Amino acid sequence: MSAATEIPAAIPNPQGLEPRKRRKGGLNAEHGRWAVYLIGPTILLLAIVIGYPVVSAVIQSFQLDAGLDKATGLFVAGGFAGVTNYVHWLGQRCGDVTCPPGSLGSQFWVAFGNTFFFTVVTVVLETVIGLWMAIIMNRNFKGRALVRAAILVPWAIPTAVTAKLWYFIFDANGVLNHVIGHQVLWFSDEWASRFAIVIADTWKTTPFMALLILAGLQLIPDEVYEASKMDGASTMQRFLLITLPLVRPALMVAVLFRVLDALRIYDLIAIMTGGGGGSGNATVSLSVLVVDQIRQGFNAASALSTITFVIVFLVAFVFVRFLGANVVQTQAAQQKGELK
Amino acid sequence: MKNTREKMRLASVAGVAVIGLALAGCSSGSSASDDAKTGQDSRGPITYVQGKDNSNVVRPLIAKWNKAHPDEKVTFKEQSDQADQQHDDLVQHFQAKDDGYDVVDVDVVWTAEFAAKSWLTPLTGDMAIDTSKLLPSTVKTATYNDTLYAAPQTSDGALLYYRKDLVKTPPTTWAEMMKDCSIAKDAGIGCYAGQFAKYEGLTVNASEAVNGSGGSILNAKGAPDVDTSKAKAGLQNLVDAFKDGNIPAEAITYQEEQGRTAFEDGKLLFLRNWPYVYNLAKTDGSSKVKDTFGIAPIPGADGVGASTLGGHNAAISVYSKHKATAHDFLEFLISNDTQKFFATQGSLAPVVGDLYTDSELTAKLPYLPTLLESIKSAEPRPVTPFYPAVTKAIQDNTYAALKGSKSVDEAMKDMDAALKSATSSN
Repeated sequence: MSAATEIPAAIPNPQGLEPRKRRKGGLNAEHGRWAVYLIGPTILLLAIVIGYPVVSAVIQSFQLDAGLDKATGLFVAGGFAGVTNYVHWLGQRCGDVTCPPGSLGSQFWVAFGNTFFFTVVTVVLETVIGLWMAIIMNRNFKGRALVRAAILVPWAIPTAVTAKLWYFIFDANGVLNHVIGHQVLWFSDEWASRFAIVIADTWKTTPFMALLILAGLQLIPDEVYEASKMDGASTMQRFLLITLPLVRPALMVAVLFRVLDALRIYDLIAIMTGGGGGSGNATVSLSVLVVDQIRQGFNAASALSTITFVIVFLVAFVFVRFLGANVVQTQAAQQKGELK
Repeated sequence: MKNTREKMRLASVAGVAVIGLALAGCSSGSSASDDAKTGQDSRGPITYVQGKDNSNVVRPLIAKWNKAHPDEKVTFKEQSDQADQQHDDLVQHFQAKDDGYDVVDVDVVWTAEFAAKSWLTPLTGDMAIDTSKLLPSTVKTATYNDTLYAAPQTSDGALLYYRKDLVKTPPTTWAEMMKDCSIAKDAGIGCYAGQFAKYEGLTVNASEAVNGSGGSILNAKGAPDVDTSKAKAGLQNLVDAFKDGNIPAEAITYQEEQGRTAFEDGKLLFLRNWPYVYNLAKTDGSSKVKDTFGIAPIPGADGVGASTLGGHNAAISVYSKHKATAHDFLEFLISNDTQKFFATQGSLAPVVGDLYTDSELTAKLPYLPTLLESIKSAEPRPVTPFYPAVTKAIQDNTYAALKGSKSVDEAMKDMDAALKSATSSN
């Protein structure tokens, strides 16, 4: 038998190498192990810096705050509390009575309402104005780089400085009242104080939304617009039928980020109004309530913190699951033509 | 392969969870009274902790001490400018049982809270100080449960600033002041302002209104006592003044600085504020009232009002390792020389009664005799370990009453309930 007429049983590898096992994503076992070694310390650090406080806060929320021993006048550790702290906030129970006005417990539902009011109003305003700003920034015109940089300035200023700035603007004898010609007590009236916060927050964060939406706008290819112009689409039709659907993934992500941030709003309110306004609590938000409670008892504050965390988590879950705030998948689907 | 990966993942999660639970379960077991007694004879270098030293009085004093005590040097740890941040910084260090903080400067309203949490060394026995020459009202702020826990070091009281070109003699009672408001109306300016924004200053003003009418917020045992006719009368004075326009509507947003600006602009006839305004009103370039204002003690219902005490106390941490040195440093802080230096260099009111009539000091600080009268009849804010909750109860309900959202009766009833809830241990 000659070697030329026989079909060899297996085609030998010309270089005699072992075939490299390929998994999805192109990594092999050795790469996987190195990944663990290199990322491991970071994960450990994150677990300690983020994981431990969260777990510790949840454990603390089931403990009672220190109580005063009447005999010695000194504080002694409270014991296990069960769900007392949660009932304190959600059910407004302070000991055996309903929390009276003037205690922090009575402010929970007010804070809850205020937080959602701020979130909805600021995010809607910021989305609309941010979209408008992003469309302008997307156009090609002379000085575009300067406009883009200038638009970002409000967001670059630290929030505490912004808050102090608007504190002076909204002062009873400040610039804004001077310009309007009418003395509005911005920090004392109920709705004026709420809108003072909304205005300051919108001024500060619209650039952030504009930037994220701009990123989404820049991914829309020009050909689509050119084709639509040839088909005779008007500006409004182009905006509604092309821009909006194609920018939707980036828009949803930007809205999600903003909603999560707005639900935790703290520094602007703490510096501008301290939570006051109206009959005293018109602008208090959940985070302001947590910080106020920390000075009165850590464990109740941990319970409130956990409640806030659950609320924010639920909102994020709704966004991702049902409103499709998922850039990569949605964009990939759009490009493949599977999603309108 | 998948199995090993799964196992590794499970192992790391379990490991982190175990570490987390172990850390969370950490607690120490030493008792507080033992901590208070350790180190009472020991001497050595110590650290003095205070908020931002705006008037630059602390560093020269510490330099003076260090020269005289080369083996027991004091290091100055300067905290932030904000009272709340100073409070939280102290709380964090005390909770960590840090022995790096020996002598701490505490605001008068935190002393009871820290004492009740067993963080301050009682000034008894070897740690005792001589309080006979100190103003009694300042000593009251440093006392909790009949024990002295801190040494008063600086004080502060309310002054009534008035326009002496419009009002010849300052009013001595609230009713007189309200009668003088017709002069303000004729001159087209506001009559009276204090601090009415919803912050600690509102507690100060509310406390002055209530105490000035003979009421009290907490009784001697620390229980709420605010639902009385005298306390209601005090708050009613403020509410009526707002309703009649004797207090301008915008004063509901005033903190100390807004009131001072309005007074210096000539927009107010009377202003209740702290002594720091005196120098500024006299020397500010923009002040229109440089030579036309005078000072008086604040008016009460039947006579001199009950000013609220401000000021700071110095205390020894129970975790300090060199308590004997700390004690001597406290004595240094309340010595006549130091108190004089506080007054001349920092315009801080001294706690030693005799210094108020000292000629050198009154030349530098002309408001001292008036301030002494104010401090002598001063009442501290409620001395209670639950101060943060108590001040919130007072602020929320007073603000609602001043805005007109609640009647004074309702506000006092709610304040009483909130104070009860704040001071009960659940």
